Amino acid sequence: MTVADLQSAGEARRPAIDVLAPEIMDMAFGLIRVLDDEGNPHGPWIGDLGVDELVEILTTMFTTRAFDARMMKAQRQGKTSFSMGSRGEEAIGAVTATVMGAHDMCFPTYRQASYLLGRGRDPLAMMNQVYGNAADENLGTQISGLYTSSEFGFLSISGNLATQMPQAVGWAMAAKIKGDPTVALAFVGDGSTAESDMHAALTFASTYTPPVIVAIVNNQYAISTDEEVARGSAQTFAQRGIGYGLPSLRVDGNDVLAVHGATSWARDRALAGHGPTVIEFVTYRGSAHSSSDDPTRYRPEDEFDEFPLGDPIKRLRLYLQNRGFSNDQANALDEQIRNMIEAKNEEAEAIGTINTGERPSLRHTFELVYETMPPHLIRQRQEAGI
Amino acid sequence: MTNTDESAGPISKMTMIEAIRSAHHVMMERDASVVAFGEDAGAFGGVFRCTEGLQERFGEARCFDTPISELGIVGTAIGMALNGMRPVAEIQFADYMYPGYDQIVSEAARMRFRSAGDFTSPIVVRMPVGGGIYGGNTHSQSPEALFTHVAGLVTMIPSNPYDAKGMLISAIEANDPVIFLEPKRVYNGPFDGDHDKPLVPWSKDPRGEVPEGYYKVPIGKAAIARRGDEVTVLTYGTMVHVAMNAAEITGVDAEIIDLRTLLPLDLEAITTSVRRTGRCVIVHEATRTSGFGAELSAQVQEECFYSLEAPIVRVAGWDTPYPYSQEWEYFPGPQRVADGMLQALKG
Ligand SMILES: Cc1ncc(C[n+]2csc(CCOP(=O)(O)OP(=O)(O)O)c2C)c(N)n1
Ligand SMILES: [Mg+2]
Repeated sequence: MTVADLQSAGEARRPAIDVLAPEIMDMAFGLIRVLDDEGNPHGPWIGDLGVDELVEILTTMFTTRAFDARMMKAQRQGKTSFSMGSRGEEAIGAVTATVMGAHDMCFPTYRQASYLLGRGRDPLAMMNQVYGNAADENLGTQISGLYTSSEFGFLSISGNLATQMPQAVGWAMAAKIKGDPTVALAFVGDGSTAESDMHAALTFASTYTPPVIVAIVNNQYAISTDEEVARGSAQTFAQRGIGYGLPSLRVDGNDVLAVHGATSWARDRALAGHGPTVIEFVTYRGSAHSSSDDPTRYRPEDEFDEFPLGDPIKRLRLYLQNRGFSNDQANALDEQIRNMIEAKNEEAEAIGTINTGERPSLRHTFELVYETMPPHLIRQRQEAGI
Repeated sequence: MTNTDESAGPISKMTMIEAIRSAHHVMMERDASVVAFGEDAGAFGGVFRCTEGLQERFGEARCFDTPISELGIVGTAIGMALNGMRPVAEIQFADYMYPGYDQIVSEAARMRFRSAGDFTSPIVVRMPVGGGIYGGNTHSQSPEALFTHVAGLVTMIPSNPYDAKGMLISAIEANDPVIFLEPKRVYNGPFDGDHDKPLVPWSKDPRGEVPEGYYKVPIGKAAIARRGDEVTVLTYGTMVHVAMNAAEITGVDAEIIDLRTLLPLDLEAITTSVRRTGRCVIVHEATRTSGFGAELSAQVQEECFYSLEAPIVRVAGWDTPYPYSQEWEYFPGPQRVADGMLQALKG
């Protein structure tokens, strides 16, 4: 883990949205930060979020953390085969979910549960997917955590890394061709930037300048592999954008105000017709890669505590205290959310888990392959006895 | 099954993972041009631990983590091979090999042909395959036919630790590109398709007795996993064990052939058996249409038509992506294989 060149809160400038990439090359090496260690905001990226909006973001972050912890427990209890959390990274999804418009589209990875929750998805629906039970709206097609929700502008998550990146660019190209005032937001992990899909995405973004935000979530690890293996000789991931002539920002991903400011800036740019923005969000993967992973094999157990950008929930709570939302209020909110998650989990478990209750029928497996089931599949379905 | 070549050294009990690790060790010890790499393959030893300890023993130059680019992994493996090395590249799951498929198909497979023998591409690309681990559509695929359809590739798939080690050593020494498929469901024990039963570890199975040193299981040679007279079962990987279970359930005296190398195929072993039994069941996890079973069926028909007493039966995955919740209704388990055997007997 290396976090190059920390800029202090308030230090980074805020360029006009029609800025040209060469004029802000330095920002790919800096770090946009607003909140200092005491929870005080500084500089031109502060924005105007009200306490209600901030509490809403905190709610999403609490919900995500409680949800992740509960699903990991369920995995340990053998009620689902797999679980993936986003502890420490909740701010990025929770905040961008509030920035993007109703008709915008998110191209997520498996670590953006906070985006989906922030858009308003019922945690119960997500639990049903994790358990693959009869109420799973995904009809049992995908492993736990690979959600889909067109209703909330959230593309079905692929298990194949980085494939969503050129798709997001294509979605944005269509928006540009059709003249729609919409923006695509594409997430990719630090490790996954190495896939060729990323090069294709940035090349097409560079050529067609569609309204797309390319968000690289640098959480320091790709399973056991340090972020520097994908970064190579580059100093930052934001630096990648420079070679494609795209404005590129590096942002403190654990700072709610910085994430909000940078994403809003990029979205405004895109809507005004100035094209793509690359943003590297610097954060820390506080959880194991997944339930199949044991991070003590490759990193110190207390590393998260040492992470210079801290824990995004703690930082937001501190800032909110300065805005008059007390620690007690935050604790009460947290407890209320944990109880809500516990109640929803009971409801989901009652419907079924990976080894109890009803499951989605094998019929769906056959029905979801083509629009109309071809004769050979009808024959096989009958052979399967359904 | 026991090793007769004493130079292969003392016997140890090994899982398939340990056997694969041991093959790497033996070859990296013998040949300084052998290198191993892949995503998380370095210090961590791979997500399935198949390369564990190699970096410690042979250094970071010979066993290392790569960026997450399967195209990069295969492409640079080819480049290293062009410069005299013998790379053993790990793809984390076969389901993730597609970004590297162009390099495999258009480059590695045809290097010898297109350069009229001027250049070759002696690489090994290892990848875990198959279902049964609740991996859904991105951790369960069996893409063997996507390789056997490509001229210039050798495609192998072991079903037990002893074979895995001997086959991998042969693969590393081969001068053609080898696709080495590892049925992950039997990494730790011979899974017979009955998912409710506790797993029998390889330490309780004679095929888990593996020489610690150098030995080879040849490319292109099938093995007879069970001798029998009533029906020939052609299979490979995890399904060898499922077929054994099916023979037990039904009491059918099946001859179960573990193909081990899919291409080049051991046609002699197949035809010898089918001509004798007069019946043939083909079993694989991969989807049925254009699966490797179609090729096997065609060859059995061409070679054994006048010996066949019943139509050839195929038991395969349904022609759908691999589901998650419906795993055990989807997986071609022992009951489906048993039904296939009985159908072949009825004719
Ligand atoms: C094409 C492809 N290759 C490999 C994998 C296996 N894999 C799953 S997650 C992962 C690490 C991804 O790291 P990163 O992009 O940093 O995202 P993070 O998990 O840290 O959020 C790997 C190698 C995969 N899912 N898809
Ligand atoms: Mg990462």
